[in-house]
Amino acid sequence: MRIGVDVGGTNTDAALMDGERVVGWHKTPTTPEVTAGITTAMRTVLEESKVPAQQIRAVMIGTTHFTNAVVERKRLMQTAAVRLGLPATECLPPMVDWPPDLRDTIGNHKYLVHGGHEFDGREISPLDEDEVREVAKDIKSKGIRAVAISAVFSPVNSSFEERAAEIIQDEIPDVSVSLSHEIGRIGILERENAAIVNACLGDLASAIVDSFRKALKDMKIDAPFYLSQNDGTLMGADFAEKYPVLTFASGPTNSMRGAAFLSGAQDAMVVDLGGTTSDVGMLLRGFPREASVAVEISGVRTNFRMPDVYSFGLGGGSLISDDPLKIGPESVGYELTTKGLVFGGSVLTTTDLAVAGGLVDIGDASAVKHLDSTFVGQALDEMQSMVEVAVDRMKTSAEPVPLILVGGGTILVSRQVKGTSEMIKPDHFSVANAIGAAIAQVGGETDRVFALEELGRDEALAQARQEATDKAVAAGAREETVTIVDVEEVPLAYLPSNAVRIRVKAVGDLALLGDG
Amino acid sequence: MRLLHPKNVEDIALGAAVLGTGGGGDPYIGKLMGISAIQEFGPVTLLSLDEIDDDALIVPTAMMGAPTVMLEKLPKGDEIIKAFYALESYLGQKITATMSAEAGGLNSVTPLTVAARLRIPMVDCDGMGRAFPELQMVTATMYGISSTPFAIGDEKGNSAILNTINNRWTETFSRSITVDMGCAAMIACYATTGKELKEWAVPDTMTLVEDIGRTIREARQAKADVVETVRESVGGFEVFKGKIVDVRRRTEKGFAKGEAVMEGVDEYASQTLELDFQNENLAAKVDGEIVVSVPDLITVLDTETGEPITTETLRYGFRVTVLGIPCNEKWRTPEGLELVGPRYFGYDIDWVPVEERYGN
Repeated sequence: MRIGVDVGGTNTDAALMDGERVVGWHKTPTTPEVTAGITTAMRTVLEESKVPAQQIRAVMIGTTHFTNAVVERKRLMQTAAVRLGLPATECLPPMVDWPPDLRDTIGNHKYLVHGGHEFDGREISPLDEDEVREVAKDIKSKGIRAVAISAVFSPVNSSFEERAAEIIQDEIPDVSVSLSHEIGRIGILERENAAIVNACLGDLASAIVDSFRKALKDMKIDAPFYLSQNDGTLMGADFAEKYPVLTFASGPTNSMRGAAFLSGAQDAMVVDLGGTTSDVGMLLRGFPREASVAVEISGVRTNFRMPDVYSFGLGGGSLISDDPLKIGPESVGYELTTKGLVFGGSVLTTTDLAVAGGLVDIGDASAVKHLDSTFVGQALDEMQSMVEVAVDRMKTSAEPVPLILVGGGTILVSRQVKGTSEMIKPDHFSVANAIGAAIAQVGGETDRVFALEELGRDEALAQARQEATDKAVAAGAREETVTIVDVEEVPLAYLPSNAVRIRVKAVGDLALLGDG
Repeated sequence: MRLLHPKNVEDIALGAAVLGTGGGGDPYIGKLMGISAIQEFGPVTLLSLDEIDDDALIVPTAMMGAPTVMLEKLPKGDEIIKAFYALESYLGQKITATMSAEAGGLNSVTPLTVAARLRIPMVDCDGMGRAFPELQMVTATMYGISSTPFAIGDEKGNSAILNTINNRWTETFSRSITVDMGCAAMIACYATTGKELKEWAVPDTMTLVEDIGRTIREARQAKADVVETVRESVGGFEVFKGKIVDVRRRTEKGFAKGEAVMEGVDEYASQTLELDFQNENLAAKVDGEIVVSVPDLITVLDTETGEPITTETLRYGFRVTVLGIPCNEKWRTPEGLELVGPRYFGYDIDWVPVEERYGN
């Protein structure tokens, strides 16, 4: 058996699973010190299910520790950003577009050295090893132990980043190094930003991994644990210490993965209705479609694989005002169960309307009897319309797709949503996120530019597929279970040589769990 | 005369995307470069056309290459300086000012870096009043201004000077050199006297894009209807409001071509608009008939946020408003239409001014 935990803004959810069966689940408020809520949720689900801790073979955790640290500018390391690209890129040094307070928090240590490649793999300039060594010595003299290395077009050729890392590790034995090509995509500022954010979370990552390890030990769980990544796959503790940034936005991803698992649908739209906002995302072959544009994290532009999620201000606690009718974005949030009319409060919320309209029977229905039925009808129509517009926005074609509804706010939607072929409200919809965390799959991804004139399209695609598969196996997937779940080709505009950027993602089952 | 500070650059970059008509490259990198150059070297002086002496020498500057590459291989910053000096010594004359060749997209802000570093003014005008895909597509070509001597430079310090028999040849050669330079290069061309510039330039376009950018920013702050305020600030017409239902793409000769199909809403319900693009938006057809085409501007905005949508980001499900914006009068001449009219882009139709269909 295994436990999946997902930390949300309001609740921390845990689900206990045996193979494909949900044995039990528990919801508890998210605590300011996140680990406490995680252990409470896990302890409770074990107790309530009367399952001994010894039967747990793996624990999967989707956490917000690292996002919170960046947002709050706390527990971040002094970090050196080393970019290989001179003479190119000189006019815009690392962190040039960061919020100044965050840049200052991690020290604004930046170094530009020679190196980097052209789009077609030629060198911009050779790597100057002595220059890198000098930089390493300077970093060491400042007592900095976190380094992010970026090189121009490292997604095309990563050798310079790797060699620079060797030199720096040679000079500073206890350094932790983040390489941009392992994290982000084409677009050097955004990729480098993601690597720097990752690097400055290094100490925190070690501390979190230690605290989880200790918590599991205290609970007498003798099993490996994994962290959820934002692409819907897992990473082991060792990997998590090196790539904490890959946990960002794992919450919406876990909900969508859980929705796919619970409903059995692989290609579908998912609406996760929360208390204050709702997220819509598209599942493609069981995984969230990834955002193709820059995503800001606390003011820093990044371009690593975040889920493509559209959030809108509708949830179970959204406030209703009449004349003119307006729903949200203000919400009573987690206070719904004290402030909503049906719970004896004095604030009109979407949940009250759902009760008044007969969609659901919770709380005290007599508290909403006085509401005008025309008004209730109009408001429910408006809520339906908000969901329909959001769903349509995220579709990729006019073809109707299945829609899966998860999250506590699922009660707000009762009618078939336009543009969908069917509407699925699976069992355990309120803890789809924790169930999503418990799905044990690992993956690998490649994303780089190929010159089709030399290679030909078929050969380029075959290479990319193989690279992604190899990475999945290296991450712990059982080889025979690895499948390609996403292939994307983007021609580069204004370029006559037929260069194409190819991105392939492969996923397989965690080898450790065997067939269970 | 006025000074451009970082705040002005933010607005210029935002507004330039509207005149980019779906292309012209993302101004983000150019904006950052302009801002950091101004922070280091001081604000840039912007002169209006009538403040330019007739015997002044003005050289437009721009980035050439693939926008995707520019997001990765950022410039060194002084590529163009060397090319500029090379041009000066070739011409045997000091360059008085620089300007934008293309007010739409990335190249609205590129010359700011040059102006700040060389401490020369920038002229409030450009050569298109929008974005176009090829180098010869500037009003200067119609006035017999040669793009050569044409200077091109890369971050390594290489530079080249071209002399060609016409501006289309410059386009051909410079495109090849740009690829060898790693698909991102800085160029300086169309050296022109103040007297000539007053004839061929599209005037006041820096101020125009800045006004558009400021309008968008203020409308967002005031939570006003951004699309409508943009339409007013550019003197454009609402052509369509709807939802994108299909996008088809292909690459031909290095150009990203395709069509986006939109279904109408509100008063456009039951109508269908098909938008043709080749890096930039070329033509809009409603129910099969072309209603707006080059050289008039076709700009697609997110109906809700007013954000200009580039051809690369067009996607199913977007709620969009299509604006038709009258192009500069210089494009409306037989010579202008020969250079950038619908027939040049393969449409066998006569150009109809957008205001003839949508005025009133």
